[in-house]
Amino acid sequence: MPTAETTLDEILTLAAAHFKVPREKLSPDDDFFKTLGIDSLQTLDLLTKLENHFHVELPDYELQGVSDFRTLAGKIQARL
Amino acid sequence: MNDFKGQTLSWTIKQGVIELSLHREPCNEIGSLSLAELEQFVAALEQVEKHCHALILHSEMKPGFCAGADLRELYSRSQALKKSEAVKGVREFLERIHRVFNRIDTSPLTTIAAVHGVTFGGGFELALVCDLIVADKMARFCFPELRLGLIPGFGGIPRLKRDLGNAVVRDLLLTGRSFNATKAQQAGLVSQVVGEGEALRAARATAGQLSKFDRRTATTAKQFIKPVPYEELQREIDLFCELFTQPAVEAGLRKFVESTDAQPYLP
Repeated sequence: MPTAETTLDEILTLAAAHFKVPREKLSPDDDFFKTLGIDSLQTLDLLTKLENHFHVELPDYELQGVSDFRTLAGKIQARL
Repeated sequence: MNDFKGQTLSWTIKQGVIELSLHREPCNEIGSLSLAELEQFVAALEQVEKHCHALILHSEMKPGFCAGADLRELYSRSQALKKSEAVKGVREFLERIHRVFNRIDTSPLTTIAAVHGVTFGGGFELALVCDLIVADKMARFCFPELRLGLIPGFGGIPRLKRDLGNAVVRDLLLTGRSFNATKAQQAGLVSQVVGEGEALRAARATAGQLSKFDRRTATTAKQFIKPVPYEELQREIDLFCELFTQPAVEAGLRKFVESTDAQPYLP
């Protein structure tokens, strides 16, 4: 199983690639809505990307209130 | 009419395949104009389906296949009317959309929904009308209606029950969570999951395969295995209209319309 740090790093890399943002501009504690400049529909895209990449299910309601990469990584790590 | 270019949708016919393309900004929300053009489409079907073997539904909009009913229109119209008149208007809208969906559901053609991205609420219900769903791996399916104090109203529950086990139906309906394409395929909802941007191509390839079969036989097979749950569909309209009179609905719709939440589409 990947470590929490590896999971976090993969999320940052995936988000940067998907939304075409330089990877070095993303930090674990960033508010991803603001940093990526994404709306609700694009957030769903990110959710699907992450589920497909990590082969996990992330029920939407578990992500309510989650807005930073580190917390998001914790949610994914709990399902690996 | 072989080709049609409307404001919310268009259709073309090539080599016996009708392609119905949805293209209303931002994500094909179904309101009165979409419904009127869908009615034009099913009226034209009477003539054109005799010469065809397949129908493909797809979206040209980047965010997805369809985000469901136009909730902003529903809210603004209901605010402009007395409660009793608003409910009457909702019932008329639902009865019209059910006629359209039932007509596509029972078409002698083999019907394929090629979906990507957001396939929510009424958009999910439109996909469920089709015989096959081909999904881009970035597709997501969801019934978010409970958060509005409503149930799906375009035939979603009876058609979902027709296709899936009740446990999955309850999960989708009662939690309002969304499924990705892989989960939807595992549940038995999606027939093929394909790469990003490949759903329409895969649907066309499937339609090409269908051209090899005797049409009467294919239609007979479809009618045998895909009954339309008319009684439950009517009951769904009645329940929706009962719920629509509750204060929770007005509050839910207002919250949606006025929301500046970054995640209004998330349950």
